[in-house]
Amino acid sequence: MNEQNLFKRLLADDRGGQALLASLAVIAVALPILNLVVPASSALHVSTYTVALFGKYLSYALLALALDLVWGYCGILSLGHAAFFALGGYAIGMYLMRQIGDRGVYGNPNLPDFMVFLNWKELPWYWHGFEHFWFAALMVMLAPALLAYLFGWFAFRSRVTGVYLSIITQALTYALMLAFFRNEMGFGGNNGLTDFKDILGYSLQSNATRIGLFLASVLALALGYLAARYVVCSKLGRVVVAVRDAEDRARFIGYKTESYKLWIFVFSAVLAGIAGALYVPQVGIINPGEFSPLNSIELVIWVAVGGRGTLYGAIAGAILVNYAKTYFTGALPDVWLFALGALFVLVTLFLPRGIVGLLRRRRMGKTAPTNLVNSL
Amino acid sequence: MNGSVFKRVGRVLRGQRGATNAAEGMHTAVPNEVDTTHGPILYVENVTVSFDGFKALNNLTLYIDDGELRCIIGPNGAGKTTMMDVITGKTRPDTGQVFFGQTMDLTRMTEYQIAAAGIGRKFQKPTVFPEHSVFTNLELAMRADKRVWTSLTARLSGEQRYRIDEVLMTNGLNDLRQLYAGQLSHGQKQWLEIGMLLVQSPRVLLVDEPVAGMTHQEMDQTGELLTRLAGAHSVVVVEHDMEFVRSIARKVTVLHEGSVLAEGSMDEVQNDARVIEVYLGGAPC
Ligand SMILES: Nc1ncnc2c1ncn2[C@@H]1O[C@H](COP(=O)(O)OP(=O)(O)OP(=O)(O)O)[C@@H](O)[C@H]1O
Ligand SMILES: [Mg+2]
Repeated sequence: MNEQNLFKRLLADDRGGQALLASLAVIAVALPILNLVVPASSALHVSTYTVALFGKYLSYALLALALDLVWGYCGILSLGHAAFFALGGYAIGMYLMRQIGDRGVYGNPNLPDFMVFLNWKELPWYWHGFEHFWFAALMVMLAPALLAYLFGWFAFRSRVTGVYLSIITQALTYALMLAFFRNEMGFGGNNGLTDFKDILGYSLQSNATRIGLFLASVLALALGYLAARYVVCSKLGRVVVAVRDAEDRARFIGYKTESYKLWIFVFSAVLAGIAGALYVPQVGIINPGEFSPLNSIELVIWVAVGGRGTLYGAIAGAILVNYAKTYFTGALPDVWLFALGALFVLVTLFLPRGIVGLLRRRRMGKTAPTNLVNSL
Repeated sequence: MNGSVFKRVGRVLRGQRGATNAAEGMHTAVPNEVDTTHGPILYVENVTVSFDGFKALNNLTLYIDDGELRCIIGPNGAGKTTMMDVITGKTRPDTGQVFFGQTMDLTRMTEYQIAAAGIGRKFQKPTVFPEHSVFTNLELAMRADKRVWTSLTARLSGEQRYRIDEVLMTNGLNDLRQLYAGQLSHGQKQWLEIGMLLVQSPRVLLVDEPVAGMTHQEMDQTGELLTRLAGAHSVVVVEHDMEFVRSIARKVTVLHEGSVLAEGSMDEVQNDARVIEVYLGGAPC
């Protein structure tokens, strides 16, 4: 009963969130039916490819949500957030590699193909444990959390802020990309991890598994949204916004602001890691390209386009921009990067609060806003 | 001047115990008891702060008594704000000591620890949280356990709500409680910031230029409030407006080039030859 109340309180005053959860519920029911029940000959049939594509968008949306927490609410413009996503992806990828067993090209029951190819005789220590799903699932969250904790601990304690912070986050993901490209690291070098066979015993090729992964993504996004909403509606969330707008003020009323930044940064990294773990089995590969600085920058654009500081705006932005990307890269592949750049410029110039800001302004007119965030 | 020498000796004698207490204070959010048995609540002794060789504070020594209302005046650049920065932990002194009561070494504590220990501060430029409502600004300033995990589940108690309402009544912002603080006028922001000080229930209030941008009526109210607070709290007011200082002052300290030029009642200070020279020679305030 208490849960019921909490749920209601979280979504009261949150039209965007209500719309988001309703849409998620609709696609969670509709897509599986259209894929599994409606015959392939029908015009209404949705292909497995499309389902996986939606699943991919949803994992991107979760990543955008994670970035919005640190950027929109705490003012930390992380240009390296894809690193946490990729780490989560690698963690689940390692599990999927171990699941291949002796079905690899070289038929070695213990070693993934790339290790046999490198003439390695045994599994490196950090690959142990990944044969268990629970262990991999834990690492999906722990690895990004640990990196975020170490990075944030140093950066926030030394009071690095603004552009400098953005630049070092970018350097962080770049350094990781270079590291993961190296074969000696033991993560498959530039080919990354791929050729996955099954997850939890279910074949990744089957429609049912695809639907399962898609539903897992829907659920993760919904829960992620509610968790993030809980955080931003809590006093902690209000302190985080206070830190964003007047960090000194927050310090002098007694908040250890670096701890707040660290908390939200780590929380965000965990969400990003989960997003990565949902992404990898649906696209079937993880390679060092996911650490590319460009990915992190694209992510920032999704959030800027949707509108930061609202949570659902980031989600809308991620889905819209990626939908556009799928369309453009199919129809006019050369144009995409220019279109993305132009979109970013237009949004920063004319829509500083993104699409969501535009809709909100329409609705509220020019009257002074009152504080919409209720105390929980 | 003689009195302060005794006070200082008293504190130095207790120096050793003081150091350990302050170190303990660093690990807890719970404020240490402030030991004011010797009179002063703030000891600023021989403090020097230099920025690129320029001494913003030059061997500054100053004591604030428990419950006192002290005005600090001085020309622009005299070091008034820097002095507050040193007390609140924003700036570390190059040399010298700063103690809160007899035992807490403020130079070894961070900003948030100092705030939690009971020193509240209003900035020269009014600083509030613009994207929070007036009410939320007060909620965040409220005396409470301010650690991260506690904040995640913290909820205002009825008593705390009552306290906020009380402050909203006191500072006349009750009708504006749901407004974003960013929408307030300059004077209203000053009031809100003072309100944020009040809900912290600090032992010492450091108030940097509280009446800038206020109307005469608002100034009178501020003066009344500050004098009322003295006694239960120690209040240190930095102000340029002489008329305002005269209306509230009991004891005035004049800073000049980073050290104390004169100290005494308003009349004494205004008739001090060196003070007259500084004010006539330098820019008028
Ligand atoms: N961070 C800093 N870096 C360099 N110089 C500084 C810094 N902070 C203060 N100063 C200098 O130290 C001197 C004292 O400054 P402070 O702000 O304490 O003066 P003030 O008495 O508060 O003046 P005002 O009445 O104008 O507020 C000034 O000359 C100022 O330029
Ligand atoms: Mg000043």
